[in-house]
Amino acid sequence: TLEACCSRAWTSCFNSTSIMAVEFEGGVVIGADSRTTTGAYIANRVTDKLTPIHERIFCCRSGSAADTQAIADAVTYQLGFHSIELDEAPLVQTAASLFREMCYRYREELMAGIIVAGWDPRRGGQVYTVPVGGMMTRQPVSVGGSGSSYIYGYVDSNYRAGMSKEECLKFTAEALTLAMERDGSSGGVVRLAVVSEQGVERQVILGNQLPKFSTV
Amino acid sequence: MDSHHSYSQVKGVSTGTTILAVKFNGGVIIGSDSRASMGESYVSSKTINKLIQVHDRIFCCIAGSLADAQAVTKMAKFQLSFHSIQMESPPLVKAAASIMRELCYNNKEELQAGFITAGWDRKKGPQIYVVSLGGMLLSQPYTIGGSGSTYIYGYVDAKFKPDMSLEEATQFSTNALALAMGRDNVSGGVVHLVVITEAEVKHVVVPGNKLPKFHDE
Repeated sequence: TLEACCSRAWTSCFNSTSIMAVEFEGGVVIGADSRTTTGAYIANRVTDKLTPIHERIFCCRSGSAADTQAIADAVTYQLGFHSIELDEAPLVQTAASLFREMCYRYREELMAGIIVAGWDPRRGGQVYTVPVGGMMTRQPVSVGGSGSSYIYGYVDSNYRAGMSKEECLKFTAEALTLAMERDGSSGGVVRLAVVSEQGVERQVILGNQLPKFSTV
Repeated sequence: MDSHHSYSQVKGVSTGTTILAVKFNGGVIIGSDSRASMGESYVSSKTINKLIQVHDRIFCCIAGSLADAQAVTKMAKFQLSFHSIQMESPPLVKAAASIMRELCYNNKEELQAGFITAGWDRKKGPQIYVVSLGGMLLSQPYTIGGSGSTYIYGYVDAKFKPDMSLEEATQFSTNALALAMGRDNVSGGVVHLVVITEAEVKHVVVPGNKLPKFHDE
């Protein structure tokens, strides 16, 4: 899987990743694992894949670490400029569109799967997914990265509309734990963040504090 | 999505299928979807039964090349019935699994098939054995296989409990298969379940419109 996404040797890749975002009434919960690999070596076991783009807009990055960092930096600049011109907080959809523009235009060169999530006064909590190839769509819950394949069934069966913030945090932590247990390229700690009108609250769940399942 | 497509190619040839087996209190349930596909866009059969009976209380389901699987199970069925006659008693589930493993291991260069063997015998009760592509034999309380299984690892890891009742195990299997069929385009159709206990073997078919629905349907 890493050869597929990293054509150059020794490129840091975190297509080996599990990322997730869930909308709730009043905001979004986002989460990610913390492993970055270069081949079989874990280059960073405490990576932060939840990147702020603006005060209340984050992105979860999967794919080539270099590509996603470069895109996120470019979008942060563009969005900051746009926000100053507009003299108000930018919309999450605007951020997602900027990601999409770049991911679609340079789709041949890039390997980036990004989930954009945040809160704005107009539409509340929103999650937009911009997978490899450059499509953009809004979803109430979105998963990404290599570990995401293993949790589609879990997410489909456990997601309900109208969950509270605490329920979303528990749902995200459990789903990411299950993905990390099965995906050899995801692991480390679970990083979570809640983005809402009040601001951003971040937390980290360490390995020994992850939820336990009877067989895992 | 493109990234998922490339993963299944790196993993190797896999039948468009989802299969599973789970032990419950008093028996095993073995189950599969019913779709046979040619390439990724043509469904050659909507109602194929992938659960093969190799003896009275022992069933097999296959992942991999259908041709290889049929050849192996035909050979295993013959060897197993011969063994059973010689021993003058019903065969052990482990014996069935061992026969499959011998065939898979000795012919590993040519074959591209993995199996789940599940059943009931007098010595150890309900058992599930997995024979993987290269010929490894492993006993597990529950197992999933096929291309659709990737999507339900999280679900089965979270939901499995040892010593479930028949109703719980049936619900578990049906839900898991329905979730996999909902995400994997080469799994689909109806859900075939076979419930194997000491007393009987029951074949349950859950048609498409009776499958559980999830939040986005």
